[in-house]
Amino acid sequence: MAKTIAEINEKIKKGKAVVFTAEEIIDYAAQKGVKAAAQEVDVVTTGTFGPMCSSGAYFNVGHTKPRIKLGGGKTYLNDIPVYVGFAAVDFFLGATAMSEDDPRNKIYPGKFTYGGAHVIEELVAGKDVKLTATAYGTDCYPRKNLETYISLKDMNEAVLFNMRNAYQNYNCAVNLSDRVIYTYMGVLQPKMGNATYCSAGQLSPLLNDPLYKTIGVGTRLFLGGGNGYVVGNGTQHNPGVKRTEKGVPKASAGTLCVTGDLKHMSPKWLRSTSFTGYGVTLTVGIGVPIPILSEEILQYTLVRDEDIWTQIVDYSESYPQFNPGSLGEVNYKQLRSGRITVQGKEIPTAGLSSYARAREVAHILKEWIRSGKFFLTEPVELLPSVDSGVVFKPLKERPIKKK
Amino acid sequence: MQKKRVVFNYPPHLVDHPIISKLVREFDLTVNILRAHVTPREGRMVIEITGKRPALEAGISYVKELGVEIEPLAQDVKWHEDRCTQCTACISTCPTKALDVDRKHMEVSFNRDKCIACEACIPVCPYQAMEILF
Repeated sequence: MAKTIAEINEKIKKGKAVVFTAEEIIDYAAQKGVKAAAQEVDVVTTGTFGPMCSSGAYFNVGHTKPRIKLGGGKTYLNDIPVYVGFAAVDFFLGATAMSEDDPRNKIYPGKFTYGGAHVIEELVAGKDVKLTATAYGTDCYPRKNLETYISLKDMNEAVLFNMRNAYQNYNCAVNLSDRVIYTYMGVLQPKMGNATYCSAGQLSPLLNDPLYKTIGVGTRLFLGGGNGYVVGNGTQHNPGVKRTEKGVPKASAGTLCVTGDLKHMSPKWLRSTSFTGYGVTLTVGIGVPIPILSEEILQYTLVRDEDIWTQIVDYSESYPQFNPGSLGEVNYKQLRSGRITVQGKEIPTAGLSSYARAREVAHILKEWIRSGKFFLTEPVELLPSVDSGVVFKPLKERPIKKK
Repeated sequence: MQKKRVVFNYPPHLVDHPIISKLVREFDLTVNILRAHVTPREGRMVIEITGKRPALEAGISYVKELGVEIEPLAQDVKWHEDRCTQCTACISTCPTKALDVDRKHMEVSFNRDKCIACEACIPVCPYQAMEILF
């Protein structure tokens, strides 16, 4: 018997919703049988906690007296530049932004110890940060300088807005060259000395709803320790990749654009992250509830690490040169075992996305639903799926004519 | 046989003394230098000493009497568990498995006794959870 989201919410209200995490449901359905489990279970919770660079936050800091128009000038939070191309006191801070005098990779490999993500984590932790600005001055906004401390509670709005999060699957990275390389996939040892991967696998949100049958615009979720919503598909959403028979993508595919009130989030679930030689990023905790509306939807949540395959990509040549080519396929059971074999060579693996924390997110979301603190939403529109015709294009460069 | 991992801190006047050589020849100890930083003004060395218990004790008290400060290695290596996100990025890099993961729960642990303070984990940890004072 098919359920509706309204019926599930009614059960949540009464404290009667049956909720499992994406890890627990695997064994439970194997025991009970898929049909019985689909009737009994209302929600499966997912989770992920990994570095997600296309994250950021926008703020309204309130008007100064006399007024200042930040747009057209320069504004910083703890010396990290923010984007001010909006009205007077609105701005956006990107997770990977860094101060103008950060040495970056001048002393290679750079350390990237402080950036936009660190400011976000400090704000969420309730700390004061320095807001400094210079402006050009107008008749209605005469002020030209601003220097003050500010904290999250002083602001009118502080909203996390991440244009690409929760990648559905990701590359496994290796290094074929003969020198150490420093990448967003971590430090890669020469001649395939190690391999890194970055997905929560069987716990990951979009891998439990591979064809986007429940997740869509307006889906309420766990974001950074608070509540958030799906805005729509994230940037680079690429549903048309190779998939297994059960629809699980074998390379990075779908993505989510998410938003939520930063004031209700926690520094435990929004962590500043420094990749040596690469840069700063934000590690974000996300958990999406999957409503078990039918047996088919339950089937998707039964995905196991061994059913999820990804491509092994060389980050010394193939990735930077944007050359196609995979060195082989591995599944997440192999990756999480600590060793994989690539072209006859056994190499150690390391994760970048925390499986332990992903599990914790799924458990927190389960508890929120069971205790009636979190209700499901009906998506306004589903994400573009395999039949959408959406393709992920490279940039086609066209020479600019000199006049 | 006993094994000890310690940090020797040399004051300036001892920097030119062949202390390690004495430990080997006169106390019959096996000395493995894991890290060393010696300048005219100071010396700091992470070493692993192996030998029979009485010889080990005698060797260490000889070095102490000379005026070398000895600290256990563990004091200089810190795993900030609160900063660790259990991502496991360090696991494939740690040569001694001092940093290890329980594969069932995917939780990271740090065993001080296995750490040789090589610092390989430092650039690898994206959360600055490892700190080595040397």
